[in-house]
Amino acid sequence: MFPAQTEYHRPNSVTEAVDLLASNEGAKVLAGGHSLIPLMKLRLVAPTVLVDIGRIEALKGIEATDGGLSIGALTTQATIAASDLVNERAPLLAEAAGMVGDPAVRNRGTIGGNISHSDPASDLPAVLTALGATLKVTGKGGDRSVGASDFATGLLENILGEDEILTSVSVSSIPSGAGSAYVKFAHPASRYAVIGVAAIVGVSDGRCSSASVVVGGVETTPTRASSVESALLGSDLSDEALDKAAAAVAGDFQGDAMSDIFASAEYRQAVAAVYVRRALAAAVSRAG
Amino acid sequence: MEGALACRFIVDKIAASDTLRLNGGAGHGRPDRQFTGRCNVKVPVEITINGKSYSGEVEARQLLVHFIREEVGLTGTKVGCDTSQCGSCTVKLDGAATKACTVLTVQASGSEVTTIEGLADGSDLHPLQEAFWNKHGLQCGFCTPGMIIAADELLRKNPSPSRSEIRHGLEGNICRCTGYQNIVLAVEDAARSMGGA
Ligand SMILES: Cc1cc2nc3c(=O)[nH]c(=O)nc-3n(C[C@H](O)[C@H](O)[C@H](O)COP(=O)(O)OP(=O)(O)OC[C@H]3O[C@@H](n4cnc5c(N)ncnc54)[C@H](O)[C@@H]3O)c2cc1C
Ligand code: FES
Ligand code: FES
Repeated sequence: MFPAQTEYHRPNSVTEAVDLLASNEGAKVLAGGHSLIPLMKLRLVAPTVLVDIGRIEALKGIEATDGGLSIGALTTQATIAASDLVNERAPLLAEAAGMVGDPAVRNRGTIGGNISHSDPASDLPAVLTALGATLKVTGKGGDRSVGASDFATGLLENILGEDEILTSVSVSSIPSGAGSAYVKFAHPASRYAVIGVAAIVGVSDGRCSSASVVVGGVETTPTRASSVESALLGSDLSDEALDKAAAAVAGDFQGDAMSDIFASAEYRQAVAAVYVRRALAAAVSRAG
Repeated sequence: MEGALACRFIVDKIAASDTLRLNGGAGHGRPDRQFTGRCNVKVPVEITINGKSYSGEVEARQLLVHFIREEVGLTGTKVGCDTSQCGSCTVKLDGAATKACTVLTVQASGSEVTTIEGLADGSDLHPLQEAFWNKHGLQCGFCTPGMIIAADELLRKNPSPSRSEIRHGLEGNICRCTGYQNIVLAVEDAARSMGGA
């Protein structure tokens, strides 16, 4: 299978890349290519011009910031999974990055591409929403910052303008004493998430002091499980409390759960409760 | 058809739209309706494969695996699924195991590629090749080049992996013959002969 004909450019800077996007109708950013090239090979998409940002060094790398991390959009999933800094400050992000696809996919796939693709079956958007990440975007009109929860607007759709590039992701460290986990029900063939749950649970004096729980894979964009969070807050985090909190996730879906030949909407919602329960148990066991 | 696509509904959504605004970027016309104007867009490339430099002009849309097999003539690297799943096209790209069916040739321009042909030292087989031979880690052999490249990366990162770590490290490589058992034994054997546990 060959992609349709296309033009190719390899800019050396973000400014150059933005100019190329702005001046070519139908142009598309190419990062790791592990979502875009499979779609091009099936001729489901056919960009007129590819703007390969893959060699822009300024977009790569992980830096410690005051209270958190800043990750360049081109940083690969393999680098994030192996990073001591990420494992220490946002361990669930490293955990999720290490669960993407397989080792060769993680060697090429980038955090920026994973977010920008806005695929509901991707792992990182749910985690970044749970972490309250801020995404930095640059375009002709300058820079702007967007909260991870406001980024995706639907299936494969997001707020990026035609001339905009996602440049970096900032996350705060998880609260001290909190435990976190990402658990995933992987599609048996593709390894994509049918359901992915990110949970960060703070514990103080044996009670839940903070909770952030986000479910990916059920709706077209990550679902914040507010009912689960409120059920957890102040609870004693006993098995019964976790059972009750996990069951509350049913109330968090807005009635537009997705369905496909592998998993119906009902099935996704039922399995989500099971995976929320597992994520909570894992997060609580790691707290302290 | 779904191949590396996450879900059926993505295919449905794209098929249903005349022009899809894929993730915010510019509109993606259906190729048959909008992009008949561009043909044969060639780009210069220069790639080092197994220590030898190759340069020329290729179509921008050409996949690296086709450059390796058809232009350079190194047919050890295979195309199995062509949907990024099976790993039979795995090569080292600047040292990292990469599915060559999911990279454009032009993306690899300026890079170094190692294929299965570049692993042996003259007529001395690489310890992994030796171990696959000794432990019967192959039957038809179609998956073997990709398996060995993936296993090579695994052993560089983790010189003495457990059996479960070996299975995990080879997650992106599918074998339709062996049932994997002898592949795991071969990698374990190679780890031993390469100095790991
Ligand atoms: C076999 C296989 C299994 C996979 N399994 C999983 C999985 O389990 N979980 C998972 O989450 N993902 C999975 N993926 C997807 C993988 O993680 C992709 O790498 C990732 O989704 C896209 O990142 P990329 O760098 O390859 O982006 P590309 O494919 O290059 O780009 C994807 C889209 O984002 C846009 N884009 C990319 N970078 C930017 C940027 N910086 N700014 C603006 N737009 C940008 C592109 O224009 C394109 O539309 C899998 C992929 C394969 C092939
Ligand atoms: S041919 Fe590349 S992964 Fe199967
Ligand atoms: S030996 Fe035949 S596919 Fe693996």
